[in-house]
This record gives sequence, structure tokens and C-alpha cells, in this order.
Amino acid sequence: MSLKLGVPSKGRLMEKTFDWFGERGVRLSRTGSDREYAGAVEGVEGISLVLLSAGEIPRELAAGRIHLGVTGTDLVREKLVQWDQKVKPLAELGFGHADLIVAVPTCWVDVDTLDDLDGAAAAFRAQHGFRMRIATKYHRLIRDYLRQGGVADYQLVDSQGATEGTVKNLTAEAIADITSTGETLRANHLKILQEEPVLRSQATLFKSRIADLEPSERAAMTALCQTLGV
Amino acid sequence: MTTSQVKSRAADLRGRFETAGAVPVDCGILQPAETLLDLYGEDIRTRAYVTHDPARGEQMLRPDFTVPVVQMHMESGAEPARYTYAGEVFRRQEDHPERPSEYLQVGFEVFDRTNPAEADAEVFALFNEVLGPLGLRAATGDIGILTAAVQGLQTSDARRAALMRHLWRPRRFRGLLDRFAGRTAVPASRAALLAAKAPQKIDAPSIGLRSDAEVASRIEALRQDAAEPPISDEQVALLDAVMGVKETCPFALEHLRDLAVDLPVIAHAVERFSDRCEALDKRGVDVAALEFETTYGRTFMEYYDGFVFGFYAGTRPDLPPVASGGRYDALTRVLGKGAEIPAVGGVIRPHLVVELEGAA
Repeated sequence: MSLKLGVPSKGRLMEKTFDWFGERGVRLSRTGSDREYAGAVEGVEGISLVLLSAGEIPRELAAGRIHLGVTGTDLVREKLVQWDQKVKPLAELGFGHADLIVAVPTCWVDVDTLDDLDGAAAAFRAQHGFRMRIATKYHRLIRDYLRQGGVADYQLVDSQGATEGTVKNLTAEAIADITSTGETLRANHLKILQEEPVLRSQATLFKSRIADLEPSERAAMTALCQTLGV
Repeated sequence: MTTSQVKSRAADLRGRFETAGAVPVDCGILQPAETLLDLYGEDIRTRAYVTHDPARGEQMLRPDFTVPVVQMHMESGAEPARYTYAGEVFRRQEDHPERPSEYLQVGFEVFDRTNPAEADAEVFALFNEVLGPLGLRAATGDIGILTAAVQGLQTSDARRAALMRHLWRPRRFRGLLDRFAGRTAVPASRAALLAAKAPQKIDAPSIGLRSDAEVASRIEALRQDAAEPPISDEQVALLDAVMGVKETCPFALEHLRDLAVDLPVIAHAVERFSDRCEALDKRGVDVAALEFETTYGRTFMEYYDGFVFGFYAGTRPDLPPVASGGRYDALTRVLGKGAEIPAVGGVIRPHLVVELEGAA
């Protein structure tokens, strides 16, 4: 069997991943028609390319169905319980930068820190009779972060997209999401809390700690790591 | 250890509690998630399984029996009442994948307003007797003394309420206490907000459910708080001393009585501790050797507000407590919709009992 390398199947993340490998002498490419998810690896023997949605790569690494995978740190930490026992980061690829942050309406001039958020949440619950809603898709990371920060009386509501719009639409009071430039937040009249971000994420090459390696796969892994210099 | 062994041991234990006067009760495995989420906050999602029903909304696989048993009693129970139950509870184990996520609990709960100290002693002595052959180490504490000490601080109602709200989160509690005592600097953003003449005059529209009036009212509360004098070093030292008590019961009692001279607000709670010690002694518990720690159970027994206890296997520090329990008067108030009744109880984990018996 060959060593399986999982990479994002479309968009800028795929292109930049191909570029990163290409600059290091490993040529990744899609084969067949534009719509077919098949790929090829040139430069190192015994490796097959698996094109996947970036969101599924953590799961595939943890299940041992792929040996290596490129995805965001945010997705690995959110989706994998005890992530560091399942995957090992080999290299940060220097693109796909995004911070996971908590943002509140700009008109909340009284809220700039987690301490403020907690104070506002207590008053909000007393006033409205329910816990302040924070819209996010990063449930585990945000819950951990807010617990560490001592925030109580909130609830997480699931939002898989257009999260910045939830406040204006009255389905949440605050949000937690990834941002790179903050432009979408500003356009939606939201401001980031003046705290360290929950997580600074970027595209990263991970190695599965779960997947077994046959001798030929082990040789391919060594050759690839040498060529890439990781 | 087999499932049938554990089940039969659980039935034995429930039998012991029935002999002690408890009525067997049962409750549904699926519980409305909202009640539990409102009580414990979002964090319970990391410890309990949440599932979704298209008609009933979010449901939780029961993480314990206490809440449904209290609800059942508050709706229909006659007083006084003693209940027992044995059944599965379900816990997510993200931090301890080696621990079971489905296990049996056998419980004993007392709803009785005649003599709380006596009821505390009844529950503890019964657990002590039932678990006696295992030679466990018992730990006890009293959240009521902690609460009384915080309620007695000479400061504003708002500050006392903020500290009470975070009693369960030691780091956050300490952070607030340090700030209220003037020991940490006011964050720059807070200072700027308080210095601003018209802080709400900004170039941004009002969006969301939290209104401008709510923002204004919090700014006003922050201004009042900034004008409040710091909690004195002496007060903080007394609170620290109360929280630091960790001795065998007789010494702890003596120590707390000394502290009550300077902090008379805890005297009532300390006398209840004294009554409990007497009641335990009458029931044959070796009070002189029993450990006491004021803050025991503070981080993991959120709904308890008085006496708390746990039984541990000294030889197996890797195991969770074999049994634990305490007083939860406030929980009956929250769930009772206006009604309340003093209540105390505890649970045993029979799979640990069987495991320890097998090792002996």
C-alpha cells in the first residue's frame, strides 16, 4: 500500500498547499476532469494523494485512514478530543492564517474583556430570563476558553455560516468565529474583545499517530519528510 | 467484574437504604436538557450527553438522579420523605477516557425540615456504615460556612453577589476578590470607559437584543463599584483563614469558633457544624478522626450549599470517589417554584464497590 496524504480538495487552501509542496520539490496535482477528486504526487515514490474537505481531514487522521494531512489547527483542536495524542504537527505552512475570537456588538461600549462579558451576561440573564447566546461552530474550543476565562450565564448556539449576521438577526447576542482581517466583523458592527485570541490558526501539515505504517509506507514517509525538510 | 455482579451489588445497596426507611423511586433516562443547562451552565455539555428530539427539543441522558428526584418530590412528595434509587447515569469522559461513560448509581435522599444537622448525620453515618468494610477515607466540608463568610464581607451587595456567583470557580473568585480589595489594577479599557463623559456617543448603530439602556445601566453599576471603598486587608485575611481550615473535625471546629469571634456572621453555620459533629458522634462515627476542609467539594459539587462529603479508596488515588453527597437546600428552592425544603443525600458507585471488594 502507499502512504496516504490528505489535502484540501478545492479553493485557495488547495492551491496554496500545492504551491508549498511544489516549492519543496514535491509536485501535487489533480488528475482527470475538473470535477473528479483524484490526484497525483510526483517527486517522491509511494505516495497517493487523497482530496478531502479540510473539515474532514482531522477525523481521517484520527481514524488512521490517512497518514498525513493538511488542515487548519482550529479544525484539529475543535474536532479531536485529546488531539495531541492522535496527530502530530510536522510543519506550519505559513498560510491560511486566522484567529478564533469572541466578538460583541460595537455598541456594547461597556464590554472589552472577558470579565466584562461575564458581567454583561449576568445582567442579561437577570433582565431577559435566559442565558446570553453566543453563536459559533467552535463549540468545544469556545466552551473551554470561556470556562478558563470564568464566564458564566451564557449559552452556545450553533451557527455553521454567516455567523456575523446572527446578532443583527436577534438569534444571538455575541459571536465566536475565525477572522483574518476583521473586515466582515466591522461591516456587521461587531468588535473583537481585547483579549488573546482563543486560538491562532494556520494551515499545518499533520502526521497521524494512529495510522500504522507498513515498511514500504515507512520508507515513503522518511523520503517525503527528507524532501520537504520537516 | 461483570455487569450482573454490579447490578446485584447495586440492588443490595438499595436494599440497605430501604431498610433504613427509604422508598424506592425511579425516573426517566431522558431529561429535559434546559433544566440542567440552566442550573449548571454550558459546562454540563462537556460532562453529559445531549440529544435532540424534534418535538421535545434538547434532551439529556440523566447525568444524575438528584435533579429529577427533587422535581418529583417538589411536585408530589409528602414530608418528610426518604428515597432510594439504583440506575444508570451517563457521563461524557473527555478528560478521562479510561473511566466508564455509563455506570450505576445507588442513592439515598432525605427531605426533612425538622433537624438539618441530624439529617446530615443520618446520611453520612448510613454511608459510613454501608461502606465500612472497604476501609475508605472520608472527606467532609461545609459550603454553608464558606457562603456565610462571603455573605458577611463588609462591602456592597453587588460585590457580594458577584463573589457568590463565582464561588464554584476558585480562580475567578480570587480574581474578583483581589480587584474588590484594590490589589489589582483596573483594566485600561475599564478606566477609559469610566473617564469618558459620554461613553455611548459612538459611531456605531445599536444592534442586538441587549439594549442601549442595559449598557447604560451596567456603566452606572461600574461607576458605583469604582466609588466603593476596597474590601479591607483584615476582611480578606479572615475570609482566607476560614477557607484555609483543613483539620480533623474537633480542631476545625475550635479553629472556626475562634474565627467566628472576629467574623460573627459565620457563627450560625459553625454552630450547625458543631451540632452535626454531636449527632455524628451519637451515631457512632469517629468524629475525632474525621477530616474536615471548608472548601472541600467547592470545584465539583455545584449544587451543594451545606455539608458535603466523599469517600475515597486510599490505595487507589486514580479512582473517582466511591461515594459522595451533601446538602442541597438551594436546589429545592430553584426547582420548587416558590416552595423549598431542606434536603441532603448522596450516591454510591457500585462498580467501584465491586472493584474494591474484588481486590481485597
